[in-house]
Amino acid sequence: MSPVLAASLRVLIAVGLMMANGVMMIYMLRKVLGHLHLRYGPLHVGWHGLLQTPLDVVKLLTKEDVTPRAVDRWLFRLAPLAVFVPSLMAYAALPFGPGWSIVSLDTGLLYTFAVLSLVPIGLLMAGWASANKWSLLGGMRAAAQQIAYEVPLLLSVLPVVLIAGTMSLGGIVDAQQGLWLGVLPRWFVLNPLGLVAFALFVVAGLVESNQTPFDMSEAESELVTGFATEYSAMKFGLLFLSEFSNQFILSAIGVTVFFGGWMLPWIPVEWYAEIPVLPAAVFIFKVYIGIFVMMWIRGTYPRVRVDRMMELGWKRLIPAGLALVLLTGFIQKAVM
Amino acid sequence: MSESVNGVVFFMLAFATIGGALMMLATRNVVHAAYWLLETMLATAGLYLLLSAEFLALVQVLVYAGAVSVLVLFVIMLTLRRRSDAIRPFEPGLGGAIVAALFLGAVYLALTRFVAPAVEMPATAPGVVEFGQIMFTEWALPFEIASLVLLVALVAAVWWSREGEDR
Repeated sequence: MSPVLAASLRVLIAVGLMMANGVMMIYMLRKVLGHLHLRYGPLHVGWHGLLQTPLDVVKLLTKEDVTPRAVDRWLFRLAPLAVFVPSLMAYAALPFGPGWSIVSLDTGLLYTFAVLSLVPIGLLMAGWASANKWSLLGGMRAAAQQIAYEVPLLLSVLPVVLIAGTMSLGGIVDAQQGLWLGVLPRWFVLNPLGLVAFALFVVAGLVESNQTPFDMSEAESELVTGFATEYSAMKFGLLFLSEFSNQFILSAIGVTVFFGGWMLPWIPVEWYAEIPVLPAAVFIFKVYIGIFVMMWIRGTYPRVRVDRMMELGWKRLIPAGLALVLLTGFIQKAVM
Repeated sequence: MSESVNGVVFFMLAFATIGGALMMLATRNVVHAAYWLLETMLATAGLYLLLSAEFLALVQVLVYAGAVSVLVLFVIMLTLRRRSDAIRPFEPGLGGAIVAALFLGAVYLALTRFVAPAVEMPATAPGVVEFGQIMFTEWALPFEIASLVLLVALVAAVWWSREGEDR
């Protein structure tokens, strides 16, 4: 097969994965949040409301696409794409199994973060183009918080890069093979330094993916829906698809970097070669556990104030992250 | 096969870079200009990638496209009083014409006098590991000086933006 065709097919696989994830996560969100709030969530369409989300997708696709008169036409049309494309690109380096990634990059971790750093630009574009004060405020908040937390997020995975000695996501998974003292799996979350790094990662990751304790950019109670207020039909669909997909990606990075990626504990690596689908299934299962925890946090905590959140990022998390990187470096040198 | 694919990709990226830069200059809307600047930066990252400079391309995306352009947009959007102020009139002046002429002359001289250095290219492009090693051994001092300069600029910016009290 020609390399161009093969590459196109891989991109299509990523698109399919992203769509499937979106549908899956909307249903999951409704059910999980529902049960957390002592409600049932969707029940009537299909078994336990299973067909509700597919029907909603049809609704989004067939609804009228309204373009308000005052908007900046070009940017208004471009913004959903500017949000969607980086999210799609971020799937490229994720390792779904041994050698199972769309492209295998030596700098996979950096690549994923670099691509995700483009998302706030799209949100800012959506906010500005909408010609609506709430939208602009939402877009500005999204950009401000993602700029502030990009640094702690990168710093939180650096200790792992130092320990594993590689930035390739597949390489980081390989570095977590085997057992400590014959009992504990060598996952980085069970390493004392890794555990602190993971705590930083969770906070910074929740902010980066606009999750509820930190979803100031949408904040329904004050900004309607923030940057998405003026969007309708599938443009709105694309904005939200990419938000769900960013959650998937952050969870996938957490799983890869801290929880041993596609490996199950205590199962020797050779076994995975026997059952080809097992690693991918394990990986996706772990990712959804991560997403479930995010939703759990979303259903539990109230929204943080904007200034408090910015203070936490710049004044606490960045120094903490820097100190952790320094400490890891010293320990790494002392041990080696 | 891959040669011709590279050629096509190069022309697309070159067109995107130069076209983006031209559009940035041509547009009257400052917000649009900022987005064209961003497009130029991304296309440049693509050119780096085509030269197998993977790390440089990623840093270009992360720092220039991901952070610097957001700051530019922020400043523009925060300083605009009214939305309609985003569209600026075209006001050519003598000063601008002189600067443009000087720049054009400099570019002409640079292009005509430029001799491409005959550097032998390695068979395989060095990866991040080699880059890191050379950066922190041979080039450690310049690297540290550069980071010190940036730190000084950062502290100065914070000091300047501080109003009243203990300044």
